[in-house]
Amino acid sequence: MNLKKLFSNQQAVVIAALVVICIVFSLLTDKFLQATTFTNISKSAYYVAFMAIGVTFVISTGGIDLSIGTVAICAALIGGTFMEKGTPMFIVILIMLLVGAVFGLINGILVSHFELPAFIATLGTMMVSRGLGSIVSKTKTISFPQGDSAGAWFREIFMVTKDGGILPKNFPTGFILLAICAIVMAVVLNKTRLGRYILSIGSNKEATRLSGIDVKKYETMAYVFSGVFAALAGLAYVAVFSTAQPNTGNGFELDAIAGVVIGGTSLSGGVGSIVGTIIGVFIMTVLKIGFPYIGVQSHYQLFITGIILVFAVYMDILNRKRKG
Amino acid sequence: MSALLTMKNIKKSFSGVVALKNAELELNKGEVVALMGENGAGKSTLMKILTGIYSKDEGTVTFEGKEVEYKSVSESEEAGIAIVHQELNMMNDLTVAQNLFIGKERKKGFLIDDAKMVEDAKELFERLNVDINPNVKIGNLTVGKQQMVEIAKAISTNAKVIVFDEPTAALTDSEIEELFKVINDLRDKGTGIIYISHRMDEINVISDKVIVMRDGEYVGTLVTKECTKDDIIKMMVGRTVFMEPKTKSDVGADAEVVLKCENLNRGKHVKDVSFELRKGEILGFSGLMGAGRTEVARLIFGADPMDSGKIFIHGKEVSIKSTKDAVNAGIGYLSEDRKRFGLLVDKSVEENTCISSLEKFTKGLFIDGAKSKTVSEKYVKELKTKTPGVSQIIKKLSGGNQQKVVIAKWLVKDSEILIFDEPTRGIDVGAKSEIYDLMERLVKEGKSIIMISSELPEVLRMSDRVVVMCEGRITGCLDISEASQEGIMTCATNRQGGK
Repeated sequence: MNLKKLFSNQQAVVIAALVVICIVFSLLTDKFLQATTFTNISKSAYYVAFMAIGVTFVISTGGIDLSIGTVAICAALIGGTFMEKGTPMFIVILIMLLVGAVFGLINGILVSHFELPAFIATLGTMMVSRGLGSIVSKTKTISFPQGDSAGAWFREIFMVTKDGGILPKNFPTGFILLAICAIVMAVVLNKTRLGRYILSIGSNKEATRLSGIDVKKYETMAYVFSGVFAALAGLAYVAVFSTAQPNTGNGFELDAIAGVVIGGTSLSGGVGSIVGTIIGVFIMTVLKIGFPYIGVQSHYQLFITGIILVFAVYMDILNRKRKG
Repeated sequence: MSALLTMKNIKKSFSGVVALKNAELELNKGEVVALMGENGAGKSTLMKILTGIYSKDEGTVTFEGKEVEYKSVSESEEAGIAIVHQELNMMNDLTVAQNLFIGKERKKGFLIDDAKMVEDAKELFERLNVDINPNVKIGNLTVGKQQMVEIAKAISTNAKVIVFDEPTAALTDSEIEELFKVINDLRDKGTGIIYISHRMDEINVISDKVIVMRDGEYVGTLVTKECTKDDIIKMMVGRTVFMEPKTKSDVGADAEVVLKCENLNRGKHVKDVSFELRKGEILGFSGLMGAGRTEVARLIFGADPMDSGKIFIHGKEVSIKSTKDAVNAGIGYLSEDRKRFGLLVDKSVEENTCISSLEKFTKGLFIDGAKSKTVSEKYVKELKTKTPGVSQIIKKLSGGNQQKVVIAKWLVKDSEILIFDEPTRGIDVGAKSEIYDLMERLVKEGKSIIMISSELPEVLRMSDRVVVMCEGRITGCLDISEASQEGIMTCATNRQGGK
């Protein structure tokens, strides 16, 4: 088969890349192919993966959302503050999702109605959400319940924490939630009007508007998705790491965006793939978790990821040129 | 005497679509050659090959006795060929002087010598006898003034060949006069000039000979003094039957008024525009570039907000605040710039056909792919769109077939009022007549069409009535039985703005 043709299907390439990476690791060390590795990978992929699902929608419109990392932590801090005041965990989760949705809505309105460049609008909300998290939490680190304390049940959504249940301890249940979210959102992006319009906006916003479509509404929706999934990422983060610290979250968004781009979603919009996004995130996480197993320090993961990212985008450009 | 510039057997195609088949051109020193042809005849493409913007597929270009092939504009400029483009290429935030000398900045050591550039610019403008301040941002000038800057830029290079691609479209009469003085001056100094224009009267005044192109081919050369306007038109069109004007309308004056606009206003582009569109009618909109025709269309379609005015559909006032409102009111708009405003060029025929009516193809929450495919296929067949299938990406279709997909989009939506903005721009002649047939079929089926067109023969062939605009106002509304090219042009240049 023609090598060029093979490369033209980025989806296939990233899946192959993930498989190859896993095979290489398992050949180099027999410690890699174990359940604990999968648990570790899942745990550290969750929060990035949820963010990446949401931001895939924004990137598909041709926009960008830089605020997701800090919004994730801001949502956790605001939710955590309510939790410390005795609000039931169930309500706390709803509050967190609401915080994400509101930030998404603000981003969406700034970009679609006030026509701010997405980069600037979300840079603004990135700073605002980071500041707001600190203000609300009074710059205290907030610990989420563990073990048998009330409200600790929410951690089971992402990970089995106790022995003796149907599933073994440390089973990454969050992987199931992630899979469900990915499938649902992939269907939304590819099989519904909302998704079709979001991709159309990314392909040509003005032509979409002149087809009689309310582009402002659908563009805003993409940012709301991004915000809600950022909040979900915040929840996953505190479930896995137990605490939310003010002034963190910066930089998470870049991991998520890198995953999206590696997965084949085009930064210029119009082409988006949720499955690709998930695989992109997992490629990065497998490298991060896998390297220490073979005695290489994890910052080599950054080095390699950077190269993969550049390569992935170049591949996308090549494909576009050939099709054009 | 050997010619200064010859182009022979030039061929060029763009992803399968032939733009030039057999183009030729000969230009002597101190000569003004008018390059004529209908829109899409290949004049601009030929000039872009000459100046190195496009590379030719076949053929030879000989300049000053040597065969040449320029790979970029800077190469052709260096050799002494300058071009004044039809579309302006300006950096709006730079000053006039900075634009004028872009790429050729005057320098003092390592630094740019702005003062010297301003001085040189002043000198140039004096020569052109135009009043432009070199220190203002170019974006603040009128289009006509910007055009003069572009012309000054070409002259500043002391080129041996200067190409003018429709330079007068945006100029006022006095500016045109100055331009002609400059051209005559250049001719006397031995510069070869290629002049592209659609205005016959200009050709008579300024050119020595006329080279005619049609469908990407060289047709012939005429000496201006020895030929009439009709000779040129006959050569350009080739088949006179094709553009035979309509002489009478089948739509009675008592036909139902489907769309009525009252005193539409928007800034300086649309002033007090009122007109009626009757059922089954093609209402032509004629006028010069920038007369405000597209702006009126965009107002009716809700693409731009209006300052004031009323729109009635079937006698009932409708409020159109967005394109969605307009589409729901039964209006469809085919933009003059299909690729930018009409189509999602990276998406398939099917996606483009169904984009405006997805609600018809939604089952529960999901898009019914089977149904949207069937419907798209039906319209491909009905409109005779040439495509390997409905999953084909729009980019790969020719202009005419792309236009058919846009038409299909509004037919699927069942829009009853269609606004065709330059429906045949950039479309080859065969596909053109298909589009005309299609429009005629649509009005027979009870649709009503507003057709904006800059090609007078097209307006006269298609319209039942012709609305003429000038500087944002309607300056005439002619029944097709009384409309003529001259009559329309009189209204189109009626700059007083009277009614």
